[in-house]
Amino acid sequence: MDTLNALAHGFSIALTFQNLGLALIGCFLGTIIGALPGLGPSNGVAILIPLAFTLGLPATPALILLTSVYYGAMYGGRISSILLNIPGDEPALMTTLDGYPMAKKGMAGEALALSGIASFVGAFFATWGLVFLAPQLVKVALLFGPAEYFALFALAFATLGGIASRNQAKAALAAGLGLGIAMIGVDGQTGVPRFTFGEVHLYDGIDFLVAIVGLFALSEVFIFLEHRGTTKATGDASGIKLGRLTPPLSMLKQTAPTMARSTVLGFIAGVLPGAGASLGSFIAYSVEKRLVDKNKTFGTGDPRGLAAPEAGNNAAAGGALVPMLALGVPGSGTTAVLLAMLLALNITPGPLLFTNNPDVVWGLIAALFIGNVMLLIMNIPMVGLFVRVLLVPPRYLMPAVAMISFVGIYGISGSTFDLMVMVGFGVLGWLLRKLEVPLVPVILGVLLGNQMEANMRRAMTISDGEWSALFASPLSIGLWLFAFFGFILPIIAGRFFRSKLPRTDSEADPD
Amino acid sequence: MSDRILGGLGLLLTVFFIWQATLIKESFISDPVGPKVFPIIIGVLVGLSSLAIFLKPDEEPEWPEFSRLFEVGLTIAVMIAYAYALPTAGFVVSTAVAAAYLSWRLGTPPLKAVMAGAAIAIGIYVIFHLILGLSLARGPWGF
Repeated sequence: MDTLNALAHGFSIALTFQNLGLALIGCFLGTIIGALPGLGPSNGVAILIPLAFTLGLPATPALILLTSVYYGAMYGGRISSILLNIPGDEPALMTTLDGYPMAKKGMAGEALALSGIASFVGAFFATWGLVFLAPQLVKVALLFGPAEYFALFALAFATLGGIASRNQAKAALAAGLGLGIAMIGVDGQTGVPRFTFGEVHLYDGIDFLVAIVGLFALSEVFIFLEHRGTTKATGDASGIKLGRLTPPLSMLKQTAPTMARSTVLGFIAGVLPGAGASLGSFIAYSVEKRLVDKNKTFGTGDPRGLAAPEAGNNAAAGGALVPMLALGVPGSGTTAVLLAMLLALNITPGPLLFTNNPDVVWGLIAALFIGNVMLLIMNIPMVGLFVRVLLVPPRYLMPAVAMISFVGIYGISGSTFDLMVMVGFGVLGWLLRKLEVPLVPVILGVLLGNQMEANMRRAMTISDGEWSALFASPLSIGLWLFAFFGFILPIIAGRFFRSKLPRTDSEADPD
Repeated sequence: MSDRILGGLGLLLTVFFIWQATLIKESFISDPVGPKVFPIIIGVLVGLSSLAIFLKPDEEPEWPEFSRLFEVGLTIAVMIAYAYALPTAGFVVSTAVAAAYLSWRLGTPPLKAVMAGAAIAIGIYVIFHLILGLSLARGPWGF
């Protein structure tokens, strides 16, 4: 009952006039960002963090605004998948399989409405899962000492590299790059500068916001520049008739069991470290295909094939918040960006967040519920407006994205040096994407590097330099084993499984 | 070939990073581990993964032709110039120029690109500065 009381308290925080307004703006902006070609939850939120930060919003309203954008972008991503066969982000990839054929059959309006409802179901129940699972995980996390935290960070990197990438060596390289970047600056424990090469600007270290905006948002501009003139990532929605904007009841009835199963699967996939929304939608689709695809209609515009990945990916997005809030360890690109947002607001996620800042946590969770309802209401009648957004050509959109990125970073520090670093990260992000090196471990490394080192050194200080202390408690041994197998098993067995995932070259939004 | 170069660069980076880590000056108060050990562990991680990439490269990515690479390079130069121009020329002017260039290179006809650049700059100025009160770079003319 404690949990429900806390949630009720959260609603009392979120239900102010200002916060509701922010949630509404966030949902609206988010849906547009999700629908726009080349922008998705990660880079959309990445661009907005520095802005929310410089606008000086207090923590809770800023969080409400940005998580609404995040959820909105998850909703919006489906619009271009269904109408144009172009997934706005990686999780939306599976939506194209049945969504686009439905649109071609003249059922675009039904497809959009149905996917909106499926998204709502997935996200709504996953948020309930978050409400009940996160406090349990917090209880476990309170038993963690520095050694266990160190192992937990290692676990996050290992499973992210093992499960969520195609080439484990590249994921490890990416994690190493991120951690190495985090080392730049004055060492927190002894006060000596490291890797600064005498440059005063580097003494504070590299701001993770600069790294994130560069890697996620600016690299997108280079990708578009490279593909200019080709048809990639531009489309023509003018020929598509929307038709009716409500799905028939029979269709809802037919898809209800699918939504239920996909929500559960997606949520589990989201909670697992390193999996994230792409895996959620993939698993949900494949399982449904195996279970109910008796007449081989999947892939030809079957509503169930549309409902499954949409419920799955939104449930996974909710599930991914569990480890992020309870442990402070994000499992995917978007949650890494959300972690960056918390850190920028000077909030450290983890078990103490629930006891020290219950207002923030429960206000945020209440905002998720509110955002969800708003999105459902907003999406069904206003879908026509969002469709029009799709038609904004990238040649106008991308310059605006680049300039807003610059504005955000310049707003934080007002320093030209940071802008240079951001351009550098943009180029790095572009090169890494070309070479299929995942960007998420880089971000995670930049975000978690200092904490990871601090925990290791704290554990060593407690044990007075005895390295075996890192593997002393059963809890830490368990985490290390999980980390080891999470990294090794996919190399051996997972090749088969992962290779079935459809490939995306330099995906728009790494999740 | 690209992956072999990546692996090779990674190995060079490893050597440089570990070398720099050994140069970190120890302070007179220190914990048992000190500031050098964790960076060296990271260096080893980067080294091992680079070696694996070098020995077992993936298939070659599709690199754009040279003219496109040159164009990406030019755009990087424009962005750097933009970062330097901001404090001297002010937000609106430098942004209009940079956004117009980007829009032109992404395929807008020149005249329209100039208009798009001005629209983007003024739009951002109005929304973020006038309405939301964000401080933007001030030039000699105050905007």
